[in-house]
Formats: sequence, structure tokens, C-alpha cells
Amino acid sequence: MPAAETTCGEGPSVEAWRRLDSESREWLDGLCSAGSRRDDTLARLHRLLVRVARSEVGRRNSTLRLAGPELDDIAHQAAADALMAIDAKVHGFRGESRFTTWAYKFVIFEVSTKIGRHFWRRNGVSLDQEEWDRLPDRVGLQPHERAEWNDLVAALRRAVDEDLTDHQRRLFVAIILNGVPVDALAMELDTSRNAIYKALFDGRRKLRANLAADGYISDTPSRAS
Amino acid sequence: MTGHSWLDELLATDPDDAGCEGTFQLLDLYVEAQLSGQDIERRFRGVAAHLRDCNPCREDYAGVLAAVRDTHSS
Repeated sequence: MPAAETTCGEGPSVEAWRRLDSESREWLDGLCSAGSRRDDTLARLHRLLVRVARSEVGRRNSTLRLAGPELDDIAHQAAADALMAIDAKVHGFRGESRFTTWAYKFVIFEVSTKIGRHFWRRNGVSLDQEEWDRLPDRVGLQPHERAEWNDLVAALRRAVDEDLTDHQRRLFVAIILNGVPVDALAMELDTSRNAIYKALFDGRRKLRANLAADGYISDTPSRAS
Repeated sequence: MTGHSWLDELLATDPDDAGCEGTFQLLDLYVEAQLSGQDIERRFRGVAAHLRDCNPCREDYAGVLAAVRDTHSS
């Protein structure tokens, strides 16, 4: 009998249970059992998540430039929150991947969130100040390209004024002009990465339509043609 | 990159884009499919489209991929 019937609510379906490889089954058995076996499994999973989180923070640190204690702090916070998320959602695990692969996406996501939080401690970026003049440096334009750029950016700026909602404009300014990471912005605005992405997705479509109507770019991305 | 190509890429959207939540739901399957040599562009069209345009999700994907490679090889 699947241990999922004990402490994981309805637990993974019987079909999912049958799909599991032996290692994933062992994880689920442990998480869905009670008492010391469950405690031992949670402790083992926590150690694994800390290891993965440390490795991930290290992988990203070339751009973060954080010191050792800060890195470790982020890794431990990410592992703790991921463990809670995994424990809360394990009943929904469908056994279509290895349990550890499924678990890793939670801890990697938590690393992103913690790094986003850290951004505001180290950067004094304004959310609303529009840094249009710094855009050529962000884009990496060479000096001889800047004449063409001036026309293009003037058109883009007009399209932003004309077509974006206040919310979309705020997101565009923060992310595109001022370089605020999406996860940092999501935390500051108390929203989600997905909500920001969707709002900007719609905004980007409107901007393309506007600029295409005036002949600045094609109405379909060049990579689609 | 020219200003024109930057703008073209910035404003590129794909109607099949699975979004951040849809991508998160499938990320474990996507990574394992990639590691087993499956045609992920075809099987996970929406996820592949999303990862082209969403930097934070692409970073998470790279992290999960690295974690699976590291732990399975250790």
C-alpha cells in the first residue's frame, strides 16, 4: 500500500506511485510516513537541498559578488523554504520525473527569490526614474551606431508613452531601463514573477505593433521568419 | 548587437509562450527530457518559447539542469 495514504492526504495517485523509480519511491515513502522515519527523511532532504542551494548560489555569484557568509545565509534560507514548499506539495507529485529533479526546481526557485531580496540591500536603483540616456550602454552600442539609435529610441519612448498602462510602464522602466531584476521587482511590488512577465508580455506586443505601424521594425520578430 | 536587433529581440513574443508558472510546472520534465536526448523543442514547445524570452526562468532552468548533473554524477 502506498505510504502516501498515511500523511500525504490523498497522496500521489496509484498510477503515479507505479511510475516511480526506486529512489523516488523511497523519498515519498519517507515523507508520507509518520514519526522518526518522516523526521529522518526531512532531515536528509534538507541536507540535499542545502547542498544544491550552495552550489547554485556559487554558480550565480560571478554576477552577485557576495561574500561567503552571505552566500551561505541565502543557501540556508532557500533550502528551508524549499523544504516547506516540497512538504506541502508532495501530494501533488505525479511521478513523471525523479523526485529529486522535482524537488530541485523548488530550491532553485527559492535561491532566485532570496537573491532578488538581496538586490535591494546592495543597490540604490530607483524604480521610477527613467534612465533613457543610459540605455545605449546597457545595450552595448558602439559610438557610430548611436545616430540610428537616437531615432529608434525616440520612437520607442513615444510608443511607451502612448500605449503602455501605468503599471506596464512602471515595469518597463524598472526592468528594461533601470536593470532591476524581475525577482527583486516582484518582491518590491508584492507580486509574482509570472504576473510581471504577463504584464510585460502584453506591453511588448503593444510596443511592437506601434513601432511596426510606423515602419521601425517588422510586425513579426526576425527570429520567427 | 545593433540597436535595431536589440529592439527586435526585446519586443519578440511567442503566442505559445507557457509563462513562468506553466514553465515551472513542467521544468523537471523538461530537464529530464533534455538529458535523455528527447526533442524538447517539439515536446515542450511552450516551455522552450518561454525560456527564450524569460531571463529568470532561464536561469532557474540552468540551475536545475546543473543540480541534476551534479548530483547524478556524484
